[in-house]
Amino acid sequence: MLLTVLTTVSRWAIPLLLLLIPLYGFCKGVAVYESFVEGAEEGFYTAIKIIPFLVGMMVAISVFRASGAMDYLVGALRPFMAAIGAPPEVLPLAVMRPLSGSGALGLATELMRVYGPDSMIGRLASVMQGTTDTTFFVLTVYFGSVGIKRFKYAVITGLSADITGLLASVYICNLLFK
Amino acid sequence: MLNIIWLLLLASGIVVAAINGNVEVVTEAALEAAKGAVQVCFDLIGIMALWLGIMKIAEKAGMIQGLASILKPLLRRLFPSVPSNDPAMGAIILNLSANMLGLGNAATPFGMKAMQELQRLNHDKPEASAAMCTFMALNTSCITLIPATIIGIRLAFLSANPTEIVGACIFATSCAMIIAVSLDYWFRKHSRWGGKN
Repeated sequence: MLLTVLTTVSRWAIPLLLLLIPLYGFCKGVAVYESFVEGAEEGFYTAIKIIPFLVGMMVAISVFRASGAMDYLVGALRPFMAAIGAPPEVLPLAVMRPLSGSGALGLATELMRVYGPDSMIGRLASVMQGTTDTTFFVLTVYFGSVGIKRFKYAVITGLSADITGLLASVYICNLLFK
Repeated sequence: MLNIIWLLLLASGIVVAAINGNVEVVTEAALEAAKGAVQVCFDLIGIMALWLGIMKIAEKAGMIQGLASILKPLLRRLFPSVPSNDPAMGAIILNLSANMLGLGNAATPFGMKAMQELQRLNHDKPEASAAMCTFMALNTSCITLIPATIIGIRLAFLSANPTEIVGACIFATSCAMIIAVSLDYWFRKHSRWGGKN
Protein backbone atom coordinates (compact mmCIF):
# COMPACT_ATOMS: atom_id res chain seq x y z
CA MET A 1 0.00 0.00 0.00
CA LEU A 2 2.63 2.48 1.15
CA LEU A 3 4.90 1.31 -1.64
CA THR A 4 2.21 1.99 -4.27
CA VAL A 5 1.61 5.50 -2.93
CA LEU A 6 5.31 6.29 -2.81
CA THR A 7 6.10 4.94 -6.27
CA THR A 8 3.08 6.71 -7.74
CA VAL A 9 4.15 10.03 -6.23
CA SER A 10 7.74 9.69 -7.41
CA ARG A 11 6.62 8.58 -10.87
CA TRP A 12 4.22 11.50 -11.32
CA ALA A 13 6.03 14.34 -9.55
CA ILE A 14 8.27 15.41 -12.42
CA PRO A 15 5.80 14.98 -15.32
CA LEU A 16 3.22 16.96 -13.33
CA LEU A 17 5.64 19.78 -12.57
CA LEU A 18 6.63 19.90 -16.24
CA LEU A 19 2.97 20.10 -17.23
CA LEU A 20 1.47 22.37 -14.57
CA ILE A 21 4.09 25.12 -14.39
CA PRO A 22 4.15 25.96 -18.13
CA LEU A 23 0.36 25.55 -18.33
CA TYR A 24 -0.23 27.93 -15.44
CA GLY A 25 2.34 30.35 -16.86
CA PHE A 26 0.62 30.29 -20.26
CA CYS A 27 -2.75 31.06 -18.64
CA LYS A 28 -1.11 33.99 -16.82
CA GLY A 29 0.10 35.36 -20.15
CA VAL A 30 3.77 34.44 -19.76
CA ALA A 31 5.75 33.86 -22.98
CA VAL A 32 6.50 30.32 -21.83
CA TYR A 33 9.07 29.18 -24.37
CA GLU A 34 11.05 32.42 -24.32
CA SER A 35 11.07 32.43 -20.52
CA PHE A 36 12.20 28.82 -20.49
CA VAL A 37 15.17 29.58 -22.74
CA GLU A 38 16.04 32.64 -20.69
CA GLY A 39 16.15 30.56 -17.49
CA ALA A 40 17.92 27.63 -19.13
CA GLU A 41 20.76 29.89 -20.19
CA GLU A 42 21.48 30.64 -16.51
CA GLY A 43 21.66 26.90 -15.87
CA PHE A 44 24.55 26.59 -18.28
CA TYR A 45 26.67 29.26 -16.60
CA THR A 46 25.86 28.01 -13.11
CA ALA A 47 26.97 24.47 -13.96
CA ILE A 48 30.25 25.73 -15.45
CA LYS A 49 30.92 27.98 -12.48
CA ILE A 50 31.05 25.13 -9.97
CA ILE A 51 33.78 23.20 -11.83
CA PRO A 52 36.80 24.62 -9.90
CA PHE A 53 35.11 24.06 -6.53
CA LEU A 54 34.11 20.53 -7.39
CA VAL A 55 37.55 19.64 -8.79
CA GLY A 56 39.20 20.84 -5.57
CA MET A 57 36.85 18.91 -3.32
CA MET A 58 36.65 15.72 -5.35
CA VAL A 59 40.45 15.47 -5.76
CA ALA A 60 41.01 15.80 -2.00
CA ILE A 61 38.30 13.26 -1.16
CA SER A 62 39.49 10.82 -3.80
CA VAL A 63 43.13 10.96 -2.60
CA PHE A 64 41.92 10.48 0.99
CA ARG A 65 39.92 7.44 -0.03
CA ALA A 66 42.26 5.74 -2.50
CA SER A 67 45.38 6.11 -0.34
CA GLY A 68 43.85 4.04 2.46
CA ALA A 69 43.73 7.00 4.87
CA MET A 70 39.97 6.55 5.11
CA ASP A 71 40.45 2.94 6.22
CA TYR A 72 42.63 4.17 9.09
CA LEU A 73 39.92 6.64 10.11
CA VAL A 74 37.38 3.83 10.01
CA GLY A 75 39.70 1.68 12.14
CA ALA A 76 40.13 4.45 14.67
CA LEU A 77 36.36 4.95 14.95
CA ARG A 78 35.59 1.25 15.43
CA PRO A 79 35.37 1.31 19.26
CA PHE A 80 32.97 4.24 19.00
CA MET A 81 30.60 2.19 16.83
CA ALA A 82 30.61 -0.67 19.33
CA ALA A 83 29.85 1.83 22.09
CA ILE A 84 26.72 3.15 20.37
CA GLY A 85 25.50 -0.36 19.56
CA ALA A 86 26.05 -0.39 15.80
CA PRO A 87 27.52 -3.25 13.77
CA PRO A 88 31.07 -2.23 12.68
CA GLU A 89 30.32 -3.25 9.08
CA VAL A 90 28.36 -0.01 8.49
CA LEU A 91 31.22 2.23 9.63
CA PRO A 92 32.76 2.83 6.17
CA LEU A 93 29.32 3.96 5.00
CA ALA A 94 28.99 6.38 7.92
CA VAL A 95 32.37 7.95 7.11
CA MET A 96 31.74 8.04 3.36
CA ARG A 97 28.23 9.50 3.53
CA PRO A 98 29.12 13.20 3.98
CA LEU A 99 32.03 12.98 1.52
CA SER A 100 30.71 11.30 -1.60
CA GLY A 101 27.15 10.51 -2.67
CA SER A 102 28.04 7.92 -5.30
CA GLY A 103 30.67 6.35 -3.01
CA ALA A 104 28.16 5.99 -0.18
CA LEU A 105 25.50 4.59 -2.48
CA GLY A 106 28.01 2.01 -3.71
CA LEU A 107 28.85 0.97 -0.14
CA ALA A 108 25.18 0.77 0.90
CA THR A 109 24.37 -1.37 -2.15
CA GLU A 110 27.29 -3.66 -1.36
CA LEU A 111 26.16 -4.08 2.27
CA MET A 112 22.66 -5.02 1.10
CA ARG A 113 24.00 -7.45 -1.45
CA VAL A 114 26.23 -9.21 1.10
CA TYR A 115 23.98 -9.17 4.19
CA GLY A 116 20.54 -8.89 2.57
CA PRO A 117 18.20 -5.88 2.75
CA ASP A 118 16.20 -7.32 5.65
CA SER A 119 19.18 -7.98 7.93
CA MET A 120 20.02 -5.54 10.73
CA ILE A 121 23.01 -4.31 8.71
CA GLY A 122 20.92 -3.95 5.55
CA ARG A 123 18.22 -1.99 7.35
CA LEU A 124 20.68 0.24 9.16
CA ALA A 125 22.51 0.93 5.89
CA SER A 126 19.18 1.85 4.25
CA VAL A 127 18.23 4.25 7.03
CA MET A 128 21.67 5.86 7.10
CA GLN A 129 21.64 6.29 3.34
CA GLY A 130 18.14 7.78 3.45
CA THR A 131 18.89 10.07 6.36
CA THR A 132 22.09 12.04 6.01
CA ASP A 133 23.21 14.09 3.07
CA THR A 134 26.43 14.52 1.12
CA THR A 135 27.30 17.60 3.17
CA PHE A 136 30.60 18.35 1.44
CA PHE A 137 29.14 18.01 -2.05
CA VAL A 138 26.17 20.23 -1.18
CA LEU A 139 28.31 22.91 0.48
CA THR A 140 30.88 22.88 -2.34
CA VAL A 141 28.36 23.04 -5.14
CA TYR A 142 25.93 25.52 -3.58
CA PHE A 143 28.48 27.95 -2.22
CA GLY A 144 30.68 27.47 -5.27
CA SER A 145 27.90 28.41 -7.66
CA VAL A 146 27.79 31.94 -6.21
CA GLY A 147 31.50 32.28 -5.50
CA ILE A 148 31.34 32.07 -1.69
CA LYS A 149 34.78 31.15 -0.38
CA ARG A 150 34.33 31.47 3.38
CA PHE A 151 31.69 29.01 4.59
CA LYS A 152 31.71 30.18 8.24
CA TYR A 153 29.97 27.72 10.58
CA ALA A 154 27.99 25.94 7.81
CA VAL A 155 30.49 23.05 7.82
CA ILE A 156 30.05 22.48 11.57
CA THR A 157 26.24 22.59 11.37
CA GLY A 158 26.20 20.22 8.39
CA LEU A 159 28.54 17.69 9.98
CA SER A 160 26.68 17.86 13.30
CA ALA A 161 23.50 17.05 11.40
CA ASP A 162 25.27 14.06 9.81
CA ILE A 163 26.51 12.76 13.18
CA THR A 164 23.08 13.26 14.74
CA GLY A 165 21.49 11.45 11.79
CA LEU A 166 23.91 8.55 12.24
CA LEU A 167 23.26 8.25 15.99
CA ALA A 168 19.51 8.54 15.50
CA SER A 169 19.60 5.88 12.74
CA VAL A 170 21.41 3.43 15.02
CA TYR A 171 19.02 4.18 17.90
CA ILE A 172 15.81 3.79 15.88
CA CYS A 173 17.01 0.65 14.06
CA ASN A 174 17.94 -1.02 17.34
CA LEU A 175 14.54 -0.05 18.69
CA LEU A 176 12.44 -1.10 15.69
CA PHE A 177 14.25 -3.97 14.04
CA LYS A 178 16.08 -5.88 16.73
CA MET B 1 37.41 25.80 8.44
CA LEU B 2 37.18 24.35 4.96
CA ASN B 3 40.82 25.24 4.29
CA ILE B 4 41.86 22.98 7.16
CA ILE B 5 39.57 20.09 6.19
CA TRP B 6 40.68 20.25 2.57
CA LEU B 7 44.37 20.27 3.50
CA LEU B 8 43.86 17.44 6.02
CA LEU B 9 42.13 15.23 3.45
CA LEU B 10 44.91 15.77 0.90
CA ALA B 11 47.89 15.66 3.26
CA SER B 12 46.78 12.64 5.28
CA GLY B 13 46.04 10.79 2.06
CA ILE B 14 49.48 11.47 0.62
CA VAL B 15 51.28 10.63 3.89
CA VAL B 16 49.39 7.34 4.28
CA ALA B 17 50.07 6.39 0.65
CA ALA B 18 53.77 7.18 1.14
CA ILE B 19 53.98 5.03 4.30
CA ASN B 20 52.24 2.17 2.53
CA GLY B 21 54.71 2.53 -0.32
CA ASN B 22 52.20 3.21 -3.08
CA VAL B 23 52.41 6.92 -3.81
CA GLU B 24 51.39 6.34 -7.41
CA VAL B 25 47.84 5.70 -6.15
CA VAL B 26 47.67 9.40 -5.23
CA THR B 27 48.57 10.51 -8.74
CA GLU B 28 45.97 8.28 -10.31
CA ALA B 29 43.23 9.16 -7.82
CA ALA B 30 43.87 12.90 -8.15
CA LEU B 31 43.85 12.93 -11.95
CA GLU B 32 40.82 10.66 -12.19
CA ALA B 33 38.87 12.75 -9.67
CA ALA B 34 39.69 15.99 -11.48
CA LYS B 35 38.35 14.50 -14.71
CA GLY B 36 35.34 13.08 -12.87
CA ALA B 37 34.45 16.44 -11.33
CA VAL B 38 34.20 18.05 -14.75
CA GLN B 39 32.08 15.13 -15.94
CA VAL B 40 29.68 15.71 -13.03
CA CYS B 41 29.36 19.37 -14.00
CA PHE B 42 28.75 18.51 -17.63
CA ASP B 43 26.04 16.08 -16.63
CA LEU B 44 24.54 18.85 -14.52
CA ILE B 45 24.34 21.36 -17.39
CA GLY B 46 21.32 19.80 -19.04
CA ILE B 47 19.43 19.18 -15.81
CA MET B 48 20.22 22.67 -14.53
CA ALA B 49 19.11 24.25 -17.79
CA LEU B 50 15.85 22.29 -17.75
CA TRP B 51 14.85 23.16 -14.19
CA LEU B 52 16.01 26.74 -14.20
CA GLY B 53 14.06 27.19 -17.45
CA ILE B 54 10.91 25.81 -15.85
CA MET B 55 11.58 27.90 -12.79
CA LYS B 56 11.81 31.08 -14.84
CA ILE B 57 8.30 30.41 -16.12
CA ALA B 58 7.07 29.84 -12.55
CA GLU B 59 8.76 33.05 -11.47
CA LYS B 60 7.17 35.14 -14.22
CA ALA B 61 3.77 33.61 -13.51
CA GLY B 62 4.11 34.69 -9.88
CA MET B 63 4.13 31.12 -8.55
CA ILE B 64 7.42 31.46 -6.68
CA GLN B 65 6.28 34.52 -4.77
CA GLY B 66 2.96 32.77 -4.12
CA LEU B 67 4.75 29.80 -2.58
CA ALA B 68 6.78 32.13 -0.42
CA SER B 69 3.73 33.89 0.94
CA ILE B 70 2.06 30.61 1.99
CA LEU B 71 4.93 29.67 4.27
CA LYS B 72 5.69 33.24 5.28
CA PRO B 73 5.22 32.91 9.07
CA LEU B 74 7.67 30.03 9.33
CA LEU B 75 10.22 31.42 6.90
CA ARG B 76 10.29 34.84 8.53
CA ARG B 77 11.54 33.24 11.72
CA LEU B 78 14.14 31.07 10.00
CA PHE B 79 15.40 33.80 7.68
CA PRO B 80 14.96 37.11 9.52
CA SER B 81 17.36 38.92 7.16
CA VAL B 82 15.43 38.03 3.98
CA PRO B 83 12.40 40.17 3.02
CA SER B 84 9.38 37.86 3.22
CA ASN B 85 8.23 38.36 -0.38
CA ASP B 86 11.70 37.98 -1.85
CA PRO B 87 12.09 35.44 -4.69
CA ALA B 88 14.83 33.81 -2.56
CA MET B 89 12.09 32.46 -0.27
CA GLY B 90 10.28 30.83 -3.18
CA ALA B 91 13.45 29.15 -4.43
CA ILE B 92 14.24 27.89 -0.92
CA ILE B 93 10.76 26.34 -0.65
CA LEU B 94 11.08 24.67 -4.07
CA ASN B 95 14.46 23.23 -3.11
CA LEU B 96 13.23 21.86 0.21
CA SER B 97 10.07 20.40 -1.38
CA ALA B 98 12.14 18.67 -4.07
CA ASN B 99 14.41 17.30 -1.33
CA MET B 100 11.44 15.98 0.63
CA LEU B 101 10.05 14.21 -2.42
CA GLY B 102 13.45 12.68 -3.09
CA LEU B 103 13.82 14.48 -6.44
CA GLY B 104 17.56 14.96 -6.12
CA ASN B 105 18.17 16.22 -9.63
CA ALA B 106 15.51 18.91 -9.36
CA ALA B 107 16.62 19.92 -5.86
CA THR B 108 20.14 20.95 -6.93
CA PRO B 109 19.11 23.55 -9.54
CA PHE B 110 16.46 25.03 -7.22
CA GLY B 111 19.05 25.18 -4.44
CA MET B 112 21.54 27.00 -6.63
CA LYS B 113 18.87 29.46 -7.67
CA ALA B 114 18.11 30.06 -3.98
CA MET B 115 21.81 30.65 -3.36
CA GLN B 116 21.98 33.19 -6.18
CA GLU B 117 19.02 35.08 -4.74
CA LEU B 118 20.60 35.00 -1.26
CA GLN B 119 23.91 36.19 -2.70
CA ARG B 120 22.07 39.20 -4.17
CA LEU B 121 21.10 40.12 -0.58
CA ASN B 122 24.55 39.34 0.85
CA HIS B 123 26.63 42.33 1.94
CA ASP B 124 30.02 40.64 2.15
CA LYS B 125 30.18 38.74 -1.13
CA PRO B 126 32.96 36.17 -0.63
CA GLU B 127 31.63 35.25 2.82
CA ALA B 128 28.50 33.18 3.45
CA SER B 129 25.63 35.20 4.94
CA ALA B 130 23.67 34.01 7.96
CA ALA B 131 20.68 33.25 5.73
CA MET B 132 22.87 31.07 3.50
CA CYS B 133 24.14 29.11 6.49
CA THR B 134 20.56 28.54 7.69
CA PHE B 135 19.56 27.41 4.22
CA MET B 136 22.50 24.98 4.13
CA ALA B 137 21.58 23.65 7.58
CA LEU B 138 18.02 22.99 6.37
CA ASN B 139 19.17 21.56 3.08
CA THR B 140 21.76 19.08 4.38
CA SER B 141 19.43 17.78 7.08
CA CYS B 142 16.19 17.95 5.15
CA ILE B 143 13.58 15.24 5.70
CA THR B 144 13.15 12.89 2.75
CA LEU B 145 9.61 11.56 2.65
CA ILE B 146 10.35 9.35 -0.34
CA PRO B 147 13.89 7.93 -0.28
CA ALA B 148 13.32 6.58 -3.80
CA THR B 149 16.86 5.37 -4.53
CA ILE B 150 17.22 3.31 -1.39
CA ILE B 151 13.74 1.78 -1.79
CA GLY B 152 14.73 0.86 -5.33
CA ILE B 153 17.89 -0.90 -4.13
CA ARG B 154 16.00 -2.77 -1.40
CA LEU B 155 13.48 -3.85 -4.02
CA ALA B 156 16.29 -5.02 -6.30
CA PHE B 157 17.71 -7.26 -3.56
CA LEU B 158 14.24 -8.77 -2.97
CA SER B 159 13.45 -7.21 0.40
CA ALA B 160 10.26 -8.58 1.97
CA ASN B 161 9.24 -5.02 2.84
CA PRO B 162 11.20 -2.38 0.91
CA THR B 163 9.44 0.61 2.49
CA GLU B 164 9.70 -0.45 6.15
CA ILE B 165 12.66 1.91 6.58
CA VAL B 166 10.70 5.06 5.65
CA GLY B 167 9.46 5.75 9.19
CA ALA B 168 12.92 5.22 10.64
CA CYS B 169 14.40 7.60 8.04
CA ILE B 170 11.86 10.28 8.91
CA PHE B 171 12.64 9.91 12.61
CA ALA B 172 16.41 10.10 12.06
CA THR B 173 16.26 13.08 9.69
CA SER B 174 13.94 14.92 12.05
CA CYS B 175 16.56 14.55 14.80
CA ALA B 176 19.28 15.75 12.43
CA MET B 177 17.15 18.71 11.34
CA ILE B 178 16.36 19.81 14.89
CA ILE B 179 20.07 19.74 15.80
CA ALA B 180 21.11 21.54 12.60
CA VAL B 181 18.54 24.32 12.95
CA SER B 182 19.23 24.81 16.67
CA LEU B 183 22.99 24.91 16.16
CA ASP B 184 22.58 27.32 13.29
CA TYR B 185 20.42 29.54 15.46
CA TRP B 186 22.99 29.43 18.25
CA PHE B 187 25.86 30.29 15.90
CA ARG B 188 23.91 33.14 14.38
CA LYS B 189 23.15 34.64 17.78
CA HIS B 190 26.20 33.88 19.88
CA SER B 191 29.30 33.11 17.90
CA ARG B 192 31.96 35.46 16.56
CA TRP B 193 30.72 34.54 13.09
CA GLY B 194 27.26 35.86 13.86
CA GLY B 195 26.21 39.46 13.46
CA LYS B 196 23.88 41.19 11.11
CA ASN B 197 24.95 39.84 7.75
